[in-house]
Amino acid sequence: MNIHSIVRTGLLFTAAAAVIGGCKPKAPGSVDTGDAASKVYVAPGKHDEFYNIVSGGFNGQMSVVGLPSGRVLKILPVFSVHPENGYGFSEESKAMLNTSHGFVPWDDLHHISLSVTNGEHDGRWAFGNANNTPRVARVDLTTFETTEILEIPNSAGNHSSPFITANSEYIVASSRFSVPIGDDKSRDVPINTYKENFKGTVSFVRADKEGDMHIAFQLVTPGVNFDLARAGKNKSHGWFFFSTYNTEQAHTLLEVNASQKDKDFIMAVNWKKAEEYIKAGKGKIVKAKYVHNVLDHSSGIATSTMKDEVIQLNIKEFPEIAYMIPCPKSPHGTDVDPTGEYIIGSGKLAAIIPVFSFTKMMKAIETKDYEGTYDGIPVLKYESVLKGEVTKPGLGPLHTEFDGRGYAYTSMFVSSEVVKWDIEKLEVVDRAPTYYSVGHLMVPGGPTTKPHGKYLVAYNKITKDRYLPTGPELAHSAQLYDISGDKIKLLLDFPTIGEPHYAEALPASLIKDKQVKFYPLEKNTHPYATKSPDATKIERKGKEVHVYMTSIRSHFGPDNIEGIKLGDEVYFHVTNLEQDWDVPHGFAIKGANTAEALIMPGATQTLKWVPDRVGVFPFYCTDFCSALHQEMQGYIRVSPAGSNVSLIYSLGK
Amino acid sequence: MMKKAMLLLALAGLTMYCGRPDPASDSETETTEVASPADYDPNRGVGKYENFELPATLDAALASEGDKVVSTKCKSCHKMTDERLVGPGWAGVTQRRTPTWLMNFITDPDPMISVDPELQTQLELCLVRMPNQNVSEDEGRAILEFMRQNDGVK
Repeated sequence: MNIHSIVRTGLLFTAAAAVIGGCKPKAPGSVDTGDAASKVYVAPGKHDEFYNIVSGGFNGQMSVVGLPSGRVLKILPVFSVHPENGYGFSEESKAMLNTSHGFVPWDDLHHISLSVTNGEHDGRWAFGNANNTPRVARVDLTTFETTEILEIPNSAGNHSSPFITANSEYIVASSRFSVPIGDDKSRDVPINTYKENFKGTVSFVRADKEGDMHIAFQLVTPGVNFDLARAGKNKSHGWFFFSTYNTEQAHTLLEVNASQKDKDFIMAVNWKKAEEYIKAGKGKIVKAKYVHNVLDHSSGIATSTMKDEVIQLNIKEFPEIAYMIPCPKSPHGTDVDPTGEYIIGSGKLAAIIPVFSFTKMMKAIETKDYEGTYDGIPVLKYESVLKGEVTKPGLGPLHTEFDGRGYAYTSMFVSSEVVKWDIEKLEVVDRAPTYYSVGHLMVPGGPTTKPHGKYLVAYNKITKDRYLPTGPELAHSAQLYDISGDKIKLLLDFPTIGEPHYAEALPASLIKDKQVKFYPLEKNTHPYATKSPDATKIERKGKEVHVYMTSIRSHFGPDNIEGIKLGDEVYFHVTNLEQDWDVPHGFAIKGANTAEALIMPGATQTLKWVPDRVGVFPFYCTDFCSALHQEMQGYIRVSPAGSNVSLIYSLGK
Repeated sequence: MMKKAMLLLALAGLTMYCGRPDPASDSETETTEVASPADYDPNRGVGKYENFELPATLDAALASEGDKVVSTKCKSCHKMTDERLVGPGWAGVTQRRTPTWLMNFITDPDPMISVDPELQTQLELCLVRMPNQNVSEDEGRAILEFMRQNDGVK
């Protein structure tokens, strides 16, 4: 089948589905919403029921959205610089974006994993993946700050990440793009030697200790594309399931060449077995260059450490680590139901949804019920592992979430709908249109052992006419549905930040009372912290000038500085002396080639300024802090190089 | 009559300049507990302290502890003389206010700023609500001892 006939067949199918299933999206405004407004209305001063942590896709951030209101509560920077609060610009935070390629100011964050204990959300951390320059990040859910980033070596396109095991033992990082790995010689090969030379990798990143993310082991796999993944839970805890495509091993025009086979694979990995091999010293230590960045809570300073080796296991050399489950056709999502028994593959080019049984898989492995091998890895028989197929679910199945009541919800990209189906009976029971071309779905607690099956959010890829038009680029749309009853009911349509891919939501009660409101000054260990107005000072170290500055409503101390000379580098280390919630101060100075500083109460942040001309320059507070905010300002005098103006500073004199 | 008008003005000032309402602390909480101006006791203030008694003589060690806290949490805005910086100077404050009032105000200023007529007048003058610097009870007590030392208590 060539690409044209695929498209043609797809169109035909869509048209047919529209007639049969009535799933063609209705015109905007024609949806009967009934009492929807009251269900999403959160009265002034009241709080949402759920925090939804949403990936920002190509903005490299996460957004925090309240549900059911759909209100954006925060944008938090992870892999991209954020001038709004100085992330990636301040001297303290720059190191968070260091990689083995140097400072990287941007990435593409696709998936969120929230930490779990016994398979349930525990409200400690959110993890995110960097797709482009492979990394994983930890966000602390008491401060909503990125506190740790680990680069993944021997990886390209860290898409199949950062899915998490049931006790947050590991998050995974597996390569979308296989590439040649090893030393310079083995990496410098012709692209058309993909089949011989390209390898995939699946890294198991130890994640359950803050500040200590590290690659426990890296599996080397045949060259394929890893797409998505899910850990087993309950009975399947100890296993991990990875969807693959391009098992054709094409290296060009994948649109056609990677869609040749009827089935690709879900790779089942017994990570406890891999742990045993590592423990027995079977791992191979190889040279690798990658960076680990950690934010120190008490100083607010991030530091980078260069790592130089990683421990690998080639899965074809170690039996019992990996098995291939055939799955039609270029599977995207692979999702494990709350019981841990069923593994759902979503073949994005398939017209069915296969449901695999963990029990049957274990039996097939035990009886070596193989149909062959793939590059040395046993391939289990499709029928032996299959529980059954959901037939005619719609077109373009991508992702599946669960409500904890025995139903699954699968997104249909091509036919723009959510399809609800009975996991035991494999029968479609309801469907609802999305606007338009839905990607990921999200049920609060959906990937855990305890979903809160009240709401479902569809994160869409196409927006078109949903909102007031804003030129060629539109905010991506999302829809919130009530799934508490038999029928899926559309409640709300809201624009989003960046391009959301996966998101997770957890009950607000799990984290709202743990929020850090300010940083105690006495615990601030920043080397340039100024903890009282008496301690303000200026130090000159050659061309470097360090200003120990304080801010409080509503003045800086000092606010008059003279004796700076052209050629100096001035570091403003501003400590916010406030000890109350919601009183950050900002700091900006004319001509600075960087972003503002936004200093949280009790914290110290450093803005570097290199004056380029003689004169008197104002600096001011950028965050409206009090009735005298507009008075919160100062001046700094810059004299020519070699001038004899002495270094002086003052406040109120 | 004139006094009443002044008070009204002060209240209006509060609303206009300093509209930083007490945040609804919790979605389940309907109202925030604030003493009404009618039954406000200007000698006590609002807070957990009822009749806070002080010994006649100074505890110099405690005053020195207080000095450290004052450096970090208070001195940016208060001078030890009678001169106003951001807030009023501290000279004579232990004569103007009762120990109970001071302890209540230092450890939790927000509720008192909303009802104390003299604090509202100060607010009109200073325009900045005294920040809640999260002063603990022990720190508050030490600050008070430092204030007494500053006022010449031996």
